[in-house]
Amino acid sequence: MAKVKVQQDNIIELRGVKKIYDDVTVADVNFAIKRGEFVTLLGPSGCGKTTTLRMIAGFEKPTEGQVLINGKDVTDTPPHKRPVNTVFQKYALFPHLNVYNNIAFGLKLKYVKDGEAKNKLGENCDVYRKLTKAEIDEKVKNVLRLVDLEDYGHRNVASLSGGQQQRVAIARAIVNEPEVLLLDEPLGALDLKMRKDMQIELMSMHKKLGITFVYVTHDQEEALTMSDTIVVMRGGEIQQIGTPQKVYDEPANAFVADFIGESNIFSGIMREDFVVELAGRNFECVDKGFKKNEPVDIIIRPEDIKIVKPESTKRTFEGVVETCVFKGDHFETTVLMNDFEFLVHDNVECKVGDNVTCYIKPFDFHIMAKSRIINKIDTYMWDEGVVEICGGRFPCNSTLPSDTPVSVEIGFKDVEVFDDEEDGIIGGEVINSIYKGNYYQCIIRTDDHYDFFVDTTDEWLKGDRVGISVAPEKMSVVEREEKEDE
Amino acid sequence: MSKMKLTRRAFSYPYILFMMIFVVLPLVLILVNAFMANGELTFKNFVNFFSDGSSIHTLLISLAVGFITTSICLFLGYPIAYLLTKRKSGRYMVLLFTLPMWVNFLLRTLATKEIFQALNMPLGMATVIIGMVYNYLPFMIMPLYTSLSNIDKSYAEAAQDLGANSLGVFLNTTLPLSVPGIVSGITMVFIPTISTFAISELLSDRMITLFGDSINLKFTQDMYGVGSVMSLVMIILVILSNVLMSKADKGTKSGGAV
Repeated sequence: MAKVKVQQDNIIELRGVKKIYDDVTVADVNFAIKRGEFVTLLGPSGCGKTTTLRMIAGFEKPTEGQVLINGKDVTDTPPHKRPVNTVFQKYALFPHLNVYNNIAFGLKLKYVKDGEAKNKLGENCDVYRKLTKAEIDEKVKNVLRLVDLEDYGHRNVASLSGGQQQRVAIARAIVNEPEVLLLDEPLGALDLKMRKDMQIELMSMHKKLGITFVYVTHDQEEALTMSDTIVVMRGGEIQQIGTPQKVYDEPANAFVADFIGESNIFSGIMREDFVVELAGRNFECVDKGFKKNEPVDIIIRPEDIKIVKPESTKRTFEGVVETCVFKGDHFETTVLMNDFEFLVHDNVECKVGDNVTCYIKPFDFHIMAKSRIINKIDTYMWDEGVVEICGGRFPCNSTLPSDTPVSVEIGFKDVEVFDDEEDGIIGGEVINSIYKGNYYQCIIRTDDHYDFFVDTTDEWLKGDRVGISVAPEKMSVVEREEKEDE
Repeated sequence: MSKMKLTRRAFSYPYILFMMIFVVLPLVLILVNAFMANGELTFKNFVNFFSDGSSIHTLLISLAVGFITTSICLFLGYPIAYLLTKRKSGRYMVLLFTLPMWVNFLLRTLATKEIFQALNMPLGMATVIIGMVYNYLPFMIMPLYTSLSNIDKSYAEAAQDLGANSLGVFLNTTLPLSVPGIVSGITMVFIPTISTFAISELLSDRMITLFGDSINLKFTQDMYGVGSVMSLVMIILVILSNVLMSKADKGTKSGGAV
């Protein structure tokens, strides 16, 4: 019995839902949304968050998997039969209708239950009728009052300001009393001040209406402010699901840490339980259970690093101040220690070149396993001394004959990146770049959709096309066994 | 700054000159001719035209042909344009529909006549209307296609989201949002149809004379006065239908009832 109840608590469930466009997986998600929650799908553009929302609304059909609303499979249900309403990114208010008629649009199409009657076979069946003019009028007036636009009913939608259009779009959706309100970056077109006001209004509306909100945004601050639960997405996959607090304090991986709030992200080595090596020194931490000498990512929030007096007993490391900028309510200081840059937010003003002592609580070293420690590609030999990788032919030191199945391993540091795509053997797009204290870790996606992890001292801009090549001696090519003969 | 303005304005002089010679001057000549008979100022030409039953009859027939042709073009053209916007290849398919316009319209009409005769179809009202539709259908499809393909897809999605099935989406969003296209399609077919000449003459073996043909006839018979009056009537009709159409266009934008 209890189990049934738990299932009913989930208003939306996405089970193994995949969306594939032209062989590219744009979304591969599996999660549930509780009734009454304010859930935010958060991620950079192209992460699949809008596609996921559109699959819930019914505008996109998943290539695989099921979408359940209220426990019912709605994968094949058209949008107009789903108990959800959407607030569109650019509002999509009907330009040929005034504010009143825009809001009344859904109501005029709606059928409500109106008692029961016997059909020809003598069975009881529900009778449906359209809403009367008076009922529609009452609902529209109520919702106009809710969004503070009582006197705007007769107005042409084009004559409204961005914020007012936004309110009409919300009113048009909630007047239908949906069980779920889907919002696709609804505040993207508003200026900062308006956006802040609308955030608060949306939150109070969520409380008042008591329905489930699914909100899509790329703005991490918006997500942290408004949501009960955040779903962080990247490259079509969910990176982390959790409360704002949890996602901020305990990011699941370096990507989440980098995307949400500012952070110091370093590569380190877990020497043993509770000891992590970073920048050539060992530090105390609270994490255990990693393999001995396992490479890890270490995340430290800038506000968790304190600048303390040199004589303080609570001290973690000493460094030299590189920059110090006042940011209104704190100083943003970069401290250089053993060539690694630490970003510090504290209310202590420092002079450039000063020696300072810093303290980090062991608890504030967030340690997570690396998602990948080496680039490994299963491929085939093109010819003796040449291996094919993502459609390019790379010279290598292997003498295996052509068409031999091989595994190629390339270290992050051994991938050479070129400004000009033509200078590399293959081309790719920089999809991510994270600063790790004294170098950048980039992810370069080739045209074959393989992601190369690259450690480089240069900063590459997201979205840039670059060339990639690898020196033959830096490549390890090993013959592999094919799993299945084709 | 003032120099700049002068030079820019200079580019418009050739056009203004052209307009004066080929648009304003002829209009003035028509106006003068309409009020002149035997070298004196008079209303005689108007009296001649409005008391001549056959002229009025021609006018009414022309309006009827225009109305029927426009209706057929709209009912044929709208579904075609709508279907074309649904396909990716629509942009190129539209070119196919406008392909007949590349052939000179006299040649085209003569060829149509040959086809009718080969099919043993009696030339008359039916053949005239078929010929008109054939000639003017592209002028209906083009503006409809442009206006339909410019409708943002999000409107249809919003309507679906609010509970409209596909018919509801069409009736409540696509159709009202394509009214500007319908209006310009109608204008582009109706006005040329009532003023065109040669098509009806050729396709009905001179049995049906439309207004355009009879203006042509009057001028070739040196009846400049009555011809000019008829041209004036034509101009007034054009202005009238333009006013009506722009009113219909505005009515949809101001956001009245559904």
